[in-house]
Order: sequence, then structure tokens, then C-alpha cells
Amino acid sequence: MKIVYFAWVRERIGHEAEEVETPQGVRTVAELAAFLAARGEGYAEAFKDPKVVRAAIDRRHARPDAPIAGAREIAFFPPMTGG
Amino acid sequence: MTDDGRFTIRIQSEDFDTAAEIAALSAGRTDIGAVVTFSGLCRADDASGEGCLVALTLEHYPGMAEEEIGRLVEEARARWPLLGATVIHRHGRLVPGENIVLVVTASPHRGAAFEAAEFLMDWLKTSAPFWKLEERETVKNWVAAKEADDAAAERWR
Repeated sequence: MKIVYFAWVRERIGHEAEEVETPQGVRTVAELAAFLAARGEGYAEAFKDPKVVRAAIDRRHARPDAPIAGAREIAFFPPMTGG
Repeated sequence: MTDDGRFTIRIQSEDFDTAAEIAALSAGRTDIGAVVTFSGLCRADDASGEGCLVALTLEHYPGMAEEEIGRLVEEARARWPLLGATVIHRHGRLVPGENIVLVVTASPHRGAAFEAAEFLMDWLKTSAPFWKLEERETVKNWVAAKEADDAAAERWR
């Protein structure tokens, strides 16, 4: 699936998008975040405080326990600061 | 997103003309009794030790930003008798004094227009996927989300 990153999550990871093959055991947003956090230093830094990082599945906000099966695009980003 | 032409959402880098947007919302109609406008501007505030704000760079999630604001407008329409609404949010680098966001709501009476505009802004701040990067004289920082903004959104639940 396609994973996209924004703001300081993007900066810490070092790129804005990537295709990721997720292993069988990765079923939820929180499990995907934990899987990504183990991919390297920048990822670990981005997901250092997993409760802070927000997610969206196919452009809709998703909670940590949301299942990721069938998702085309999952985004990770900091709390929003627009307006 | 536009349905009957009076509900408009735009995400753009260019500036907007507030008066023209209000006029477009109410042109040719006789059923609108109240139009409420909120404009959010880039403010030159001073953070201790880090100097004055030079610019804000607004990053957004293309596609989701429009869709999420669309969902907020739908929620506002379900709660209040709105005859129209325009939401415009800019992205890119903005300097103090520039427009960031515009919310215009139109209704037969002022109460609904005021409340819907406030609801839209409160929820836009906490759920529309935009992030502000502050550029100060000596540093660049991502703006931290404020608990007060979360509380402002929560009171509409």
C-alpha cells in the first residue's frame, strides 16, 4: 500500500511517500506505525511518541485501532494546525 | 466541492477577495437574511528569544483537505439551515498581513450563520489536514497544536 507523510513526520522520515509491503501480523494503524518505526532512525524519531502521530486511511481520519486491510493510501502526520 | 453552486470549498495558494466571495454567495438571491464572514490572517507575533515571525508556510494533504472540509460543511448543513457557505484555505508561504483562511456562511437568520461559521472554523483547525511551519528570524518550527483549539471543537459534540 502507499504510505504518505506530512509536516515533521515527513521531515524526520526523509521522504513524502512510499510503497510498503506490510507483513501478515500488521492489521491496524497502530501496528503499521510500530512496524514503520522499526525501519530506521528517522522512522523511529517520527514515531517516537506514537500517541501524538495521527493517521488517515484513504483520506479519512483513522484511529489507532482502525483496520488497514484493503486500504489504498495511509497517511501519518502531526496534529493539525491549519486555520 | 460544489453542489447547487452555493457551497464552495477551495484550497489554493493565491489570495482571495473577501468582498467578491460574499457577493458571489448572495448574488441574485432574496432568501438570505444573514451572511457571516470569518477571515484568518497571518499574524506577526513575537516569540521570546526566537524573534519575530517572518512567514508561515502552510503544508496540506491534497485531496483530503478538500474532502475533510467538505465533510465539515455537510455536518454544518445538517445542523443549521444554511443557504450557502464558502470555505477557502490557502497553502504555501504567507507573510504577516496576508490572508490564510476564509469562512462565509449564509442563512435566513443571523444565529445559524454565526454558529455555523464558528463551528466550521473550530473543526477546520483541528481536523482539516494543514500544518503551519513558522519561520522566525533565527529558527523554523512546526507550530504545535493547541489544547484550546481541541476544546473549542469538542464543545460542538
